[in-house]
Amino acid sequence: MLKFTAEHEWLKIDGGVATVGITTHAAEQLGDLVFVELPEVGSSFDKGGDAATVESVKAASDVYSPLDGEIVEVNQAIVDDPSLVNSDPQGAGWFFKLKLKNTADAEALLDEAAYKELVG
Amino acid sequence: MNVASDLKKTPLHDLNVSLGARMVPFAGYEMPVQFPAGVLKEHLHTRAAAGLFDVSHMGQVIVRARSGDNADAAHALESLVPVDVAGLPEGRQRYALFTGEDGGILDDLMIANRGDHFFVVVNAACKDADFAHLQKHLSDTCEVTMLSDRALIALQGPRAEAVLSELWADIAGMRFMDVRACDLHDADCIVSRSGYTGEDGFEISIPADKAEKVCRHLLDHPDVLPIGLGARDSLRLEAGLCLYGNDIDTTTTPVEAALEWAIQKVRRSGGDRAGGFPGADAILGQFASGATRRRVGLKVDGKAPVRPPARLYSDADGKAEVGHVTSGGFGPSIEAPVAMGYVPVALSAPGTRLFAEVRGKYLPVTVAVLPFVPNTFKR
Repeated sequence: MLKFTAEHEWLKIDGGVATVGITTHAAEQLGDLVFVELPEVGSSFDKGGDAATVESVKAASDVYSPLDGEIVEVNQAIVDDPSLVNSDPQGAGWFFKLKLKNTADAEALLDEAAYKELVG
Repeated sequence: MNVASDLKKTPLHDLNVSLGARMVPFAGYEMPVQFPAGVLKEHLHTRAAAGLFDVSHMGQVIVRARSGDNADAAHALESLVPVDVAGLPEGRQRYALFTGEDGGILDDLMIANRGDHFFVVVNAACKDADFAHLQKHLSDTCEVTMLSDRALIALQGPRAEAVLSELWADIAGMRFMDVRACDLHDADCIVSRSGYTGEDGFEISIPADKAEKVCRHLLDHPDVLPIGLGARDSLRLEAGLCLYGNDIDTTTTPVEAALEWAIQKVRRSGGDRAGGFPGADAILGQFASGATRRRVGLKVDGKAPVRPPARLYSDADGKAEVGHVTSGGFGPSIEAPVAMGYVPVALSAPGTRLFAEVRGKYLPVTVAVLPFVPNTFKR
């Protein structure tokens, strides 16, 4: 199941675990990333909590936890090479895996068509 | 309310939009923050080839002596800036500062001697205040005119000379801070060999109705890319140059800001024309006895950019706050984060270890010599 948030994150949900990243639209808006800071494995976030930070030359931006859950894995590859987020935001540029507190909460997020409408 | 409608547009607005610029509000203008290449590539292109910047939002002011004697205009300007204007030869330009009565900096600017007048370029955000300041203090002896019908562009980078030479053959004879009138494709321009990127390059004042045509000629050259304000900021930061409103303002003096070099000996204590500018007592007093704090460069140990207004500490636990960051970000040419900030003079020596607070962590930083990237001015 692929879902999106209005804060420009995507979630690929499989067996109660969501792989989370930022959308192609968000990556284009941010521009070339030069720094990524990811959460620690084992840390828990409420929906909307500041889970990660990305920085372009110009500015820092927060990446929010799209739902309540616990971080079970992070993508060290984007810390080592932040440009991966720009080149493949919805693939190799994923950020973290979130074990969802309530998988059913994901139903309320945007589907792909609704997100595309949002960003025009 | 439509905020965008309140913003002014430069003569190059339509060109910027047609080139795919992302436009943002800046100092009351709608300005290009970046073009499709993006800040990182625009920055690196400027250091490798040539970048074209629209800086038409800046104020262009003519100061002309009512007596007809340009020396009178020079002396009038010296009453507002701590700089040697009277000794500035015709065809030369100099960095200057408007100072306040308490020694703070009202704006930084460029002053060019154009023979029968002085040509002054000031920051966009300050230009109305600067113009009023000039009129209030100089109008007895000088005619002060804001040029609202001219664009201002900068062509910066190691290929700038070659590119501009194709439009105007004489350009290679100019050296850093030379200023000349020239005709670029039938446009009556004022060219200075200067800029604010640390690279060799030129700033060109162009009649508004000819600006797009001149820019299109420059952009036709394969070495030239349009560059936005984002890369302009990272370029000037790596070059260790101050951004007014961030690194210098009314609360910082030229001595605190490490801009002593901008105040020539003739205006300092013991000089032939010592003092005589606003805040002279405070500023010359700091020359004699030193300021308590100083602007320094900061190199960051890790990869996390340290941005203003990050607090600076002398200890890794964030107990002893000693200053703050005034500019900072990622330096694309040195591939590391860089910053500038104010620290006590005792902690201003290169190599001094400090800690910057970023998202609750205290990141080690080291006081560094400015500029971070050596400048390539053709002196």
